[in-house]
Amino acid sequence: MQAKKNLTLSDVSIEFDTASGTFQALQGVNLTIEPGEFVSLIGHSGCGKSTVLNIVAGLLQATTGGVILNGREVNEPGPERAVVFQNHSLLPWLTAYQNVELAVKQVFRSTKSKAEIHDWVEFNLERVHMAHAMHKRPDEISGGMKQRVGIARALAMQPQVLLMDEPFGALDALTRAHLQDSLMEIQADLNCTVIMITHDVDEAVLLSDRIVMMTNGPSATIGEILPIELERPRNRIELADDTQYNGYRHQVLRFLYEKQRKVEPIKARAGSKSAAELEVRKTA
Amino acid sequence: MNIISLSRLSVSSLSFSDMSVKSAARALFLPLIGLTVFLMIWHVGASRIDTSLGQFPGPVQVYEQSQALIGDHQRERAREQAFYERQEARNADRVAKDPNYVAKIRTYTGKPTFFDQIGTSLITVLAGFILAAVIAIPLGICIGLSESLYSALNPIIQLFKPVSPLAWLPLVTMLVSALYVSPDPLFAKSFLTSLFTVALCCLWPTLINTAVGVSAVSPDLTNVSKVLRLPWSVHVRRIVLPSSIPMIFTGLRLSLGIAWMVLIAAEMLAQNPGLGKFVWDEFQNGSSNSLARIMVAVLVIGLIGFGLDRIMLMIQRKVSWDKTAVTR
Repeated sequence: MQAKKNLTLSDVSIEFDTASGTFQALQGVNLTIEPGEFVSLIGHSGCGKSTVLNIVAGLLQATTGGVILNGREVNEPGPERAVVFQNHSLLPWLTAYQNVELAVKQVFRSTKSKAEIHDWVEFNLERVHMAHAMHKRPDEISGGMKQRVGIARALAMQPQVLLMDEPFGALDALTRAHLQDSLMEIQADLNCTVIMITHDVDEAVLLSDRIVMMTNGPSATIGEILPIELERPRNRIELADDTQYNGYRHQVLRFLYEKQRKVEPIKARAGSKSAAELEVRKTA
Repeated sequence: MNIISLSRLSVSSLSFSDMSVKSAARALFLPLIGLTVFLMIWHVGASRIDTSLGQFPGPVQVYEQSQALIGDHQRERAREQAFYERQEARNADRVAKDPNYVAKIRTYTGKPTFFDQIGTSLITVLAGFILAAVIAIPLGICIGLSESLYSALNPIIQLFKPVSPLAWLPLVTMLVSALYVSPDPLFAKSFLTSLFTVALCCLWPTLINTAVGVSAVSPDLTNVSKVLRLPWSVHVRRIVLPSSIPMIFTGLRLSLGIAWMVLIAAEMLAQNPGLGKFVWDEFQNGSSNSLARIMVAVLVIGLIGFGLDRIMLMIQRKVSWDKTAVTR
């Protein structure tokens, strides 16, 4: 039984219909993620990282192959695979509290009482240090705070897998470092499985148990997998001079800039990305 | 250092208050100039036009007639009150003489004044507009959510949207006469005819804008809803509806504007009570005051249309979460 409690991507491929014919975005993606593992997906833009995440989330359907979570195939989105979206995706007409509450009410409607729901919402906002601004609307708080609320909303669903699509990509470096530390604490605390997309090599090495490096599309797939065997808890300042840490960084950089150098013209890249996005919109 | 920064501060605050005075002056002064120029052109232009009903009314005549209309209204009200007092006295008298007498109460049947017609028109336009909104908003949400429903209904919408109210009017009149047969009608047929004509014509902007607003809900928010597995009703109530509120209100404001325009035309053509009938009656009346009275009606129609739009704007500000939306 225990062996089944994991997340498996088995031979996942996906094609999109575009004006100029079918576009093979992913081909033969195979990956098994253990419970409590923190996995980063890294690769150049347009290589299909978001597509992988959307397939795991159930927002996109793989053309062939599939995703198995705890022995069951993933066919549709669900709160056990909570998503932290790149642009926070908070409902602008609700306060931070109400945004989290919407999720909590939906997931724990039948198992928690009103008072318990209230406490759980507050607890999750406190966990991301947002207790002081929980009754503010998204347009009244900063980008980093919005992303904290987005994380609180995802955590409040008590997901088995937390999917994060470049969660800190739009934030400034200081806020990003701060949130990375928060995320490490929370993950140590909850021990939930995390898949995170990132462009940031330092972020990937600092946070991950394994870094999955993707080749360039079309027909993108997993190029290399790098296990990160650094002691936890990790401290970014101590690690800055750590030879092992810098070794990992070099391996990722070498993969990205030597083995998988982007030679495509910028226009074609933008086209392939928008094709994948269009598909999400269509299904949405 | 301190003094310098202080003086800078005061300079900047001075220029700020200077600016706000300027902008206030602009906000008041420019519209006033526009209005004055308009009145002057009107006055001079009108004095040179002679019609078969006398000179075209200038601002002064129009003002006089507006006073006259107010006077008419007050006299009519006084007459009505006097009528009821007389009737009451007469009935009391007859009951005193013969205790078995059952008093008959007759309603006053005087001619509706200008202000009565305004009231009728306002009630009709609101009824028609509300009927249209009650149909258009839910239908628009359904069309916006379902692409196939949109494809199915789009030709019908595109076909009926540009139809003039005057083309609908004969059909609606005949339909109301044929279908609304009741010995003791709750509503006058003329009221229903105007109402349905207004509703038919002002349905479309709300319908289309609601559909567009609903289909434009951010895919990210739709994804949130999917991840949460929100049931359809919650999805519509918590995500679709709030996010399309600004568009729905744009549609409603357009609809209300059209409703008001259509109503006046329908009343004129169908001789249904209301401001349109007032205009038509004055035109047929053809006295030397008629044109000035029509001009009063034109201005009042404009003012009410403006007022209705402002009221919608106020409701939008109350209801919508998006306080930053530029609303003109």
